[in-house]
Amino acid sequence: MKRTTLLAGVAMALSLAGAALAQTKVGFVYVGPVGDGGWTYEHNQGRLAVEEEFGDAVETVFVENVAEGPDAERVITQMALQGADLIFTTSFGYMDPTINVAAKFPDVKFEHATGYKTADNVSTYSARFYEGRAVQGTIAGMMTESNIIGYIGSYPIPEVIRGINSAYIHAKKVNPDVEFKVVWAYTWFDPAKEADAAKVLIEQGADVVLQHTDSTAPLAAAKAAGNVIGFGQASDMAEYKPAPRVSSIIDNWAPYYIARTKAVMDGTWESAMTWDGIAPGMVEIGEITDAVPEDVKAAALDVMNAIANGDYHPFTGPLNKQDGSAWLADGEVADDGTLAGMNFYVEGLTGEIPQ
Amino acid sequence: MDLSAINPVLLIASLMVAATPLLLAAIGEVVVEKAGVLNLGVEGMMITGAICGFAIAVETGSPVVGFVAAAIGGALLSVLFAILTQFALANQVASGLALTLFGLGLSALLGQSYVGIKPPETGDAFGALGDIPVIGPILFGHDLMLYVGILIVAATWAVLTFTRVGLILRAVGENHDAAHALGYKVKRIRVLAILFGGGCAGLGGAYISLIRVPQWTEGMTAGIGWIALALVVFASWKPWRVLIGAYLFGGVTVLQLNLQAAGVAVPVEYLAMSPYLITILVLVILSADKSNAPASLGRTFHASS
Repeated sequence: MKRTTLLAGVAMALSLAGAALAQTKVGFVYVGPVGDGGWTYEHNQGRLAVEEEFGDAVETVFVENVAEGPDAERVITQMALQGADLIFTTSFGYMDPTINVAAKFPDVKFEHATGYKTADNVSTYSARFYEGRAVQGTIAGMMTESNIIGYIGSYPIPEVIRGINSAYIHAKKVNPDVEFKVVWAYTWFDPAKEADAAKVLIEQGADVVLQHTDSTAPLAAAKAAGNVIGFGQASDMAEYKPAPRVSSIIDNWAPYYIARTKAVMDGTWESAMTWDGIAPGMVEIGEITDAVPEDVKAAALDVMNAIANGDYHPFTGPLNKQDGSAWLADGEVADDGTLAGMNFYVEGLTGEIPQ
Repeated sequence: MDLSAINPVLLIASLMVAATPLLLAAIGEVVVEKAGVLNLGVEGMMITGAICGFAIAVETGSPVVGFVAAAIGGALLSVLFAILTQFALANQVASGLALTLFGLGLSALLGQSYVGIKPPETGDAFGALGDIPVIGPILFGHDLMLYVGILIVAATWAVLTFTRVGLILRAVGENHDAAHALGYKVKRIRVLAILFGGGCAGLGGAYISLIRVPQWTEGMTAGIGWIALALVVFASWKPWRVLIGAYLFGGVTVLQLNLQAAGVAVPVEYLAMSPYLITILVLVILSADKSNAPASLGRTFHASS
């Protein structure tokens, strides 16, 4: 009797201690290494911001270099089994794995970046990078002398196609002679391949190279070539200032990650689809350097400000699709549904989107 | 579609650059496997070489010193593999995989303070000769390491084919018990081969971080080590075929990007898979004669057995 009481007491004390130590565990699944200097780097900055904000109340874990596809399912499952309360899966290709794992762990909250499938315990979040692409397109169109702009695409998914369209529309607006050459790298992160792609584009006459891959390799190639400019992608890539990096799109995930972690801690988390742009600060435009003339900088800032205060939408009609069919009438603005599933080029772009 | 946008001279010049890391890693692995050892740690040794070479080149300002350091770094990592497999008699496949994982982690650690730094420039080996039209950029317009890579292939071929050392190395790889019975130091020979393989992989890694990209990024070898391993098999362990395979792979990789940029109406998926497909196809046809695999490949040797 006495012993049982004692044991019960100990058990109680232990469980109390356990409760006092109860942390919210937040997991992150990364597609590249945290040191890529781009996409994954910024997500990891968000993770560090969560740790900073909540201190000992949260514990964060992450796995880097997780291949998109079945292996991701294994990693996410492992994370859920280890007791994560909230898991951020930070690449498009984790969409189905996230949904599959979420169905097995109804008590765990999932957040999938850049996807379009949700569930009761799965939210999606993304940034309106195309708003930043509009600014880049403006600079690219005004800066190019060969009128050839190279674009390194990763995978032909709506996210990337939106960026190409947005950059093209705005380059064309300031420079009617502009031509885009698009190369698909079929990778998010492979510095050697990205460098090759950039070199090929430069050899074929491009003097502005835009990238939708995660490493700084294309900027290194632009620097080696001389007279070629590029932009920081996902992260500021400030080490290539003032040229070839003349500006950048910076993904600022920290406020979102903090807010969602807080929601889980408070028990107020709900499934949602978040898609924020320049105005709320999820997309930031990195400093436009002195390597571009004042008038170009002013034009780019005008575009940025017009988007930020809601006066202008990057996809405003009249716009036709590549095949010449009408898409948006004069003054009409693209709806989010079409943008989210965008699988066509706008008129003027050459080449086909791989299907 | 505008094929005139593709400059064949620049194409050939850049395919040679794209192929060199693969070539260096694969030729090292040929020697290792000819000695009867299967080292799957090529990727790990490459990435370690990439950061060692990069860090030392940045610190000393000399790419040449960087490359030497890369070879030493790769070889040092392979010592670990040699100890595990030759003295602790551990499984070679598992040890090799572990070496890759270890190398990736170690390089990330070593490289933390080198992100975003520009390495010293590696000049062209022949200077003004590179300005000769057409043949200049192809034959003379490269950095020294590219020629060193070709020389290593030639030397490996010559040593394996014509010298006593090569004969002994092959004997150890074909039948380690017989070689042992003849009085050859099987373990010593294998350790040396492993070191050579590590050094070459290190050079290949440094070629990526110092010349091809050039910058340091975690995980930047992105699987080239694995392609090198496959290349060795498809090239039937023959040095010149490794060269052909590497140039073919590099060539089709660069060509498909060129075709894409020129807007050729071939589905991009086919272009993207073409380097792998064409390299395998050509080398399989080349190796139709007979398998050349060293008979003792991957088997553990112990003097008592």
